[in-house]
Amino acid sequence: MKGRKCSPFPYKIMPLNEYAVTIELGDQIDEIIHQRVKRLNDALEERAFLGLVEIVMTYTTLTVFYDPTLIAKAGNEFPYSFVCSYIKDLIESLDDRSPTLPNLVEIPVCYGGEYGPDLDEVAKFHGLSLEEVIQIHSEPSYLVYMIGFAPGFPYLGGMSAEIATPRKHTPSLSIPIGSVGIAGSQTGIYPISTPGGWHIIGRTPLTLFDSKKSPPSLLQAGDRVRFRPISKEQYIQWKEGKR
Amino acid sequence: MSILVKHPGLFTTVQDQGRHGYQKFGVVVGGAMDLFAFRMSNLLVGNDQGEAGLEVTLRGPELEFLADTVIAICGGDLSPMLDSKHVPMWRPIYIRKGCVLHFGAIQTGCRAYIAIAGGIDVNHVLGSVSTYTRANLGGFKGRALQKGDILPLKEPFYTIEKYRQQFNLIKDSSVSISKFSLNHKVLPPYRNNPCVRFVRGRQYDDFSSEAKRRLVTSSYRVSSKSDRMGYRLEGPALMLQEPKEMISETILFGTIQVPPDGQPIILMADRQTTGGYPKIAQVIFVDLPILAQVKPGETLTLQEVSLQVAEQLYLKQEATLQFMQKRLRLYWETGVLINQK
Repeated sequence: MKGRKCSPFPYKIMPLNEYAVTIELGDQIDEIIHQRVKRLNDALEERAFLGLVEIVMTYTTLTVFYDPTLIAKAGNEFPYSFVCSYIKDLIESLDDRSPTLPNLVEIPVCYGGEYGPDLDEVAKFHGLSLEEVIQIHSEPSYLVYMIGFAPGFPYLGGMSAEIATPRKHTPSLSIPIGSVGIAGSQTGIYPISTPGGWHIIGRTPLTLFDSKKSPPSLLQAGDRVRFRPISKEQYIQWKEGKR
Repeated sequence: MSILVKHPGLFTTVQDQGRHGYQKFGVVVGGAMDLFAFRMSNLLVGNDQGEAGLEVTLRGPELEFLADTVIAICGGDLSPMLDSKHVPMWRPIYIRKGCVLHFGAIQTGCRAYIAIAGGIDVNHVLGSVSTYTRANLGGFKGRALQKGDILPLKEPFYTIEKYRQQFNLIKDSSVSISKFSLNHKVLPPYRNNPCVRFVRGRQYDDFSSEAKRRLVTSSYRVSSKSDRMGYRLEGPALMLQEPKEMISETILFGTIQVPPDGQPIILMADRQTTGGYPKIAQVIFVDLPILAQVKPGETLTLQEVSLQVAEQLYLKQEATLQFMQKRLRLYWETGVLINQK
């Protein structure tokens, strides 16, 4: 099903299965497309239909999960058709106003040393000093395009190409929780301890995922993130203060 | 009220219908692999269909019941026995204190579900008790059962006296089988080397015509590298028309994705929330229980259906489960059996 002319942006609605549809809003990683995904997400959260279960944002799509039984009980013989036309009407009622201001989250990071064992390698790879790598990494505000791969793991966009570094040849067996790394042109934070091939340049004392908190994830799709360099002492103090 | 784990079996976990509402935070849905058997096992003992139960994999556990209770075992037939006597599946069973449930050889399928009146009493984590062992989340201590664990049970919906009225309890017999039984027509058509139905996946059109033909004409072997997260299939390679740069998207239980080597992977209950391989097909909801009972080494064939067909099958199965719930409630309350449709 394709969007009509009167929608504020082009879109396609496609079924995934009996209880999920995807709305495709583009085919590349792009801030404008992300903002449309976010805008539609917020509109659907505000004006949820009976039977809506959950919504998941990705780079270019929004997936809507629903309960077909509830929708059928409300008199819709084909739940998928109902959900499609609901979303279509919603999109066409949207104006092209700018999105709400994003939530800015500051993430303290202790760069280098034992917490960032691969900082030297990244610096050498680019012929930069350690301070320059830290400066370049902590300069921009990054966009959280989506959360996925692991609980609370943010897919961040906006890292400078000056420090883009290919993955390691041999992955580390265990990357500690809170590690901040670089893989290709991506940067990310590990919310859980896991094996991985990322170059680890620092570590944050913040907890990115806590199942006892609501919401359980520190970051959400649409947030902005800035890394703030801290010393090892500050890192330790932070950790102790949290305990 | 509790159960003593005398032997944990190969991989026995506490499960429910999964963790819904948290996928946007990257939280895996999880839950029972065979949701039909899981839900039905709960209904048979008078529980709500989502109460915490046990998922047993291939080699069953040995469990001692420390009080009188009612259980039901559904799904794959792993030869359940009570005090060394075979007991039927898909039936409520009254168990006396001290009775031991254990399992024998695999007859059919590979996952059995044990529901106990009241359900297992464990904390909800993000709205669910399902065990996600990879992140040590939920269930009983976030892990598979171990020898010596004691699983606390919740107070059942009906009193034990109420349950007892519907069983002909014979003195000195440790076990009694309810006269309530299911018409096997309501069960998914479980079988070895099954054919499962699918609707087209998001990137179906990006695959070569040869790949589309192979998908419905070949049989695929389920590799030994298959678990609750996904089944790796081995068979004729499914290739794209041309290489495509993919951006990560949402994936579901039953999504068939294809990595560059062309060997498909079917994503199962413990899949991640998003993935970056092209998706050729999506197994329909009512056939997921059949898939959940497939063992490594078996083969699969695939058949395409329309979304409308899949949707109507989904609604029909839900209606069946609702009817069973009513039927069982009435039975436990009054002993009256109403006819199955």
